[in-house]
Amino acid sequence: MSDHDYRPKSKVGQWFNDRLPLLTLANHLTDYPTPKNLNYWWTFGGILTFCLITQIVTGLTLAMHYIAHADMAFESVEHIMRDVNYGWLIRYIHANGASMFFLAVYIHIFRSLFYGSYKAPREIIWIIGIIIYLLMMAAAFMGYVLPWGQMSFWGATVITNLFSAIPFVGEGIVTWLWGGYSVDNPTLTRFFTLHYLIPFLILGLVVLHIWALHVPGNNNPVGIDIKKPSKDTVPFHPYIVIKDGFALLMFMIVFAFFVFYAPNILGHADNYIEANPMVTPAHIVPEWYLLPFYAILRSVPDKLLGVVAMLSAILILAVLPWLDTSKIRSAVFRPLYKQFYWILVADVLILGYVGAMPAEGLYLLIARVATAYYFLHFLVILPVLGFKEKTLPVPLSITEPVLGGSPNLAAARNKESKIE
Amino acid sequence: MSEKKTKRRDFLFTATTAVGAVGAAAVVWPMIDQMNPDASVKALASTEVDVSSLTPGNTLTVLWRGKPVFIRRRTQEEIDEARAVKMEDLIHPEKDEDRAKNPEWLVMLGVCTHLGCVPLNDKGDYNGWFCPCHGSHYDTSGRIRKGPAPWNMEVPKYEFVDANTIKIG
Repeated sequence: MSDHDYRPKSKVGQWFNDRLPLLTLANHLTDYPTPKNLNYWWTFGGILTFCLITQIVTGLTLAMHYIAHADMAFESVEHIMRDVNYGWLIRYIHANGASMFFLAVYIHIFRSLFYGSYKAPREIIWIIGIIIYLLMMAAAFMGYVLPWGQMSFWGATVITNLFSAIPFVGEGIVTWLWGGYSVDNPTLTRFFTLHYLIPFLILGLVVLHIWALHVPGNNNPVGIDIKKPSKDTVPFHPYIVIKDGFALLMFMIVFAFFVFYAPNILGHADNYIEANPMVTPAHIVPEWYLLPFYAILRSVPDKLLGVVAMLSAILILAVLPWLDTSKIRSAVFRPLYKQFYWILVADVLILGYVGAMPAEGLYLLIARVATAYYFLHFLVILPVLGFKEKTLPVPLSITEPVLGGSPNLAAARNKESKIE
Repeated sequence: MSEKKTKRRDFLFTATTAVGAVGAAAVVWPMIDQMNPDASVKALASTEVDVSSLTPGNTLTVLWRGKPVFIRRRTQEEIDEARAVKMEDLIHPEKDEDRAKNPEWLVMLGVCTHLGCVPLNDKGDYNGWFCPCHGSHYDTSGRIRKGPAPWNMEVPKYEFVDANTIKIG
């Protein structure tokens, strides 16, 4: 933290700050030197904070009306929709808020991948981020079970059954998770408890995520280390606050569109049918944000190996800082990586598409090729690329090339335009 | 390096840590075990079903321990088809004679052994059941023939109490 010598102006402020240095913290957060070239892809950290707080506030209010019991959960959700004042609004914000949260987190993650934000010295920020992402998936899954509709029930059945793939102890673990011999009331009540708990765990991890960020400071589009504070930085307030605020407004327009004009477009009609353990819906699909991993699960013909592949696809991200051997962070100066980056983006989108389709014929074949490529990208392409790729010259600072002081960026720009 | 002599204090550290670990484990176990099926869930262990209305070629689905159980009164063709299958052709080899003691009656959990969906009756490539979730095909004996499921559908413990009543569990 930069401003150890900060002293509040008022006597009262000094008295308080000497006992609890909250004002020092506030001063650090407002003066925090930020690279001046941050683009709009960097605004998603703030947007994600907004998403988390929105989910917590709407979730708390929903919990005042929801009843976590297998016989009453479905009706209590309909009660929220029809009877509770503005219940429909709060529930639609919460349900679509989950989708918006994942939309923002995927942009945030892919921004890191493009600009190499996960590389030294930011590995811990990245790993905390992956843990947050895992917790988000757990919270979203359990939240989806709470309305106790058909998709809730069968989604819970299929996902908890993944654990039965574990040799020897699998069946015992599934019974333990259920608290019975099938998904039933004990499963619902524990999922509600955990769904309530996880957002607060995420909140704690977000504090660590930001703390770890404020040690080295933000990465930036050029991906070079900068001196702080210097000509290359601006104070967080007001510069970044205004930029983040504007981006948040744009994001809220998209958010509001879904809430008010298409509140059910991201859900499944089957979830408005109450859970029935006797009948499985014809086509079980997870929510859109889990589809790429679902496609990986189904692309492997063996039950255990399918589960292993799906988990590996997520956990491989945690070791990414050591799989990427390139010293250059930003894809702007990595002509080959930049192309592989966009192939990976396409690959994940394709996996998401085939994950929503039935697992047969051509879809299955595409899912298998895309799954193989996903792992190839992380396990082969990234490690090799660091040694083979001829990177472009990196500027010495953010300010220099803009003022015409350095020939490096001009040369880089020339080469870049030739490649494209 | 000179060998360090074990002192009284080292012994105390080790003993304290060991007792502390055992104590912690003893407290953690109830916290874990409370999630296992409770006494009231276990109490619902058996169900009696009246099957007098079931005609050959039809299936009755009943709920047992929160899971569907298929009771199929099989036609002679279905029995013949199930008994004609060679063991080498099966993914999970089990004789039909062992699965259906009384050949006319097939009783099994209607739960796909892949990820727990309920398979559909009279569907699939083997005239038995077909799971719509991830495409597993079962034959007229409920044995897995094609698809991602690893095992045949499970046959629970059951008995005929009298000619028209089956007790499951």
